[in-house]
Amino acid sequence: MFEDFDFQVIVEAGPILWQGMLITLLLTAVAIVGGILLGTVLALMRLSRFGPLSFLAGRYVDAFRSTPLILVIFWFYFAVPIVVGRPIGGLYSVLIAFTLFEAAYYCEIIRAGIQSIRRPQVHAGLALGLTPWQTMKSIVLPQAFRNMVPVLLTQAIVLFQDTSLVYVVGLKDFLTAADLVAVRDNRVVELYMFAAVVYFVLCLLGSLWVRRLKRQYAI
Amino acid sequence: MIEVENVSKWFEDFHVLKDCSTRVDKGEVVVVCGPSGSGKSTLIKCINGLEPFQEGVITVDGTSVGDPKTNLPKLRARIGMLFQNFELFPHMKVLDNICLSQIKVLGRDREEARVRAAQLLERVDLSDQADKHPAQLSGGQQQRAAIARALAIDPIAMLFDEPTSALDPEMINEVLDVMVELAQEGMTMIVVTHEMGFARLVADRVVFMDEGRIEEDCTKEEFFGGERGSRAQEFLSKILTH
Repeated sequence: MFEDFDFQVIVEAGPILWQGMLITLLLTAVAIVGGILLGTVLALMRLSRFGPLSFLAGRYVDAFRSTPLILVIFWFYFAVPIVVGRPIGGLYSVLIAFTLFEAAYYCEIIRAGIQSIRRPQVHAGLALGLTPWQTMKSIVLPQAFRNMVPVLLTQAIVLFQDTSLVYVVGLKDFLTAADLVAVRDNRVVELYMFAAVVYFVLCLLGSLWVRRLKRQYAI
Repeated sequence: MIEVENVSKWFEDFHVLKDCSTRVDKGEVVVVCGPSGSGKSTLIKCINGLEPFQEGVITVDGTSVGDPKTNLPKLRARIGMLFQNFELFPHMKVLDNICLSQIKVLGRDREEARVRAAQLLERVDLSDQADKHPAQLSGGQQQRAAIARALAIDPIAMLFDEPTSALDPEMINEVLDVMVELAQEGMTMIVVTHEMGFARLVADRVVFMDEGRIEEDCTKEEFFGGERGSRAQEFLSKILTH
């Protein structure tokens, strides 16, 4: 199987693979930033004492968490152009789908992070005359995010791997690019092996970073 | 200055405060004591609106705490509060802990806040700890820093919720010394504590609570002189003999 292993194939496929990697990284970055921002808003809604807000955020999380990501990608690919009224291209619909999907998961992580802050810390903030919002912003969220960093990054690693699902709407992410070259040049072993190594190395680096942060932020 | 009239509070079915009434005048030091679970901490948390109560009226300097129209952050900014576990903010340096409310609540600029914080740290003998994080300080130092933080908003009264009960014995006095100084300077104080030495030294009055009720509310002379009820007698004999 490995006797005619040809590294040259991978070198020649470099530009295509790099283009794919850019899509993968763009999707990962946008979904992380957008997901955390929207996830924070959702988490605050979920924790709100105002019932309807909490209810809405809860159902949002339920809906996205009980749907396979691949279905969400499909739906947004077809639904977003209908809502917007014009075709917006696969990339944008996928960016929106990933952000909204990840927000549901980040919401739960952030909610747990906020709830991990002991009640007396909130009391201490309020007792100083801070408003509830100032207490949340200056005291609860900074500490909560510290506690959450490892879990947030673990979720980011999962997300990085999930981006390969965009092949269903014809986007060429890293894995799809590798797959195309593999079939085109009939070099399945080289390309799949290379893809596996790249995913492994990047995820391993991410995990090592998480481990370091865990030690750094341990309170 | 602080008036508590017929206050009752329930945690769901549990009746935690039962028809409590007392008053604290300007400059008075009142020690609140009683067995665990008697409602002492809950009572003082009701005074600055950290815990809601269902019945009765609490007024602080003429402002009703339970009135939905009351601006609670503004009211709380006039009352300092100390907690059993200090509750310094662990993600901020000691100096920033003391500057936070000055900047966010009083609107002081950063420099002005730092100058005031430095003065307060000197007062509690922590000038050399300003740039450390709370976790790097001993318990006694943390509680003194918390006193500096509470004083930074220039409060008209201070509430102490068992300020020494989480401290090692050798650190209790360094905190009590600062509290005694505050009392002697005329600060209005309500102190939940089992430190009867502190009560004897600086308290004007002692309030004894049991099972959510204020059972005794008398001068310290009456309280320590033996003119107290049997429940208070039993409590005192327990904490003084062990």
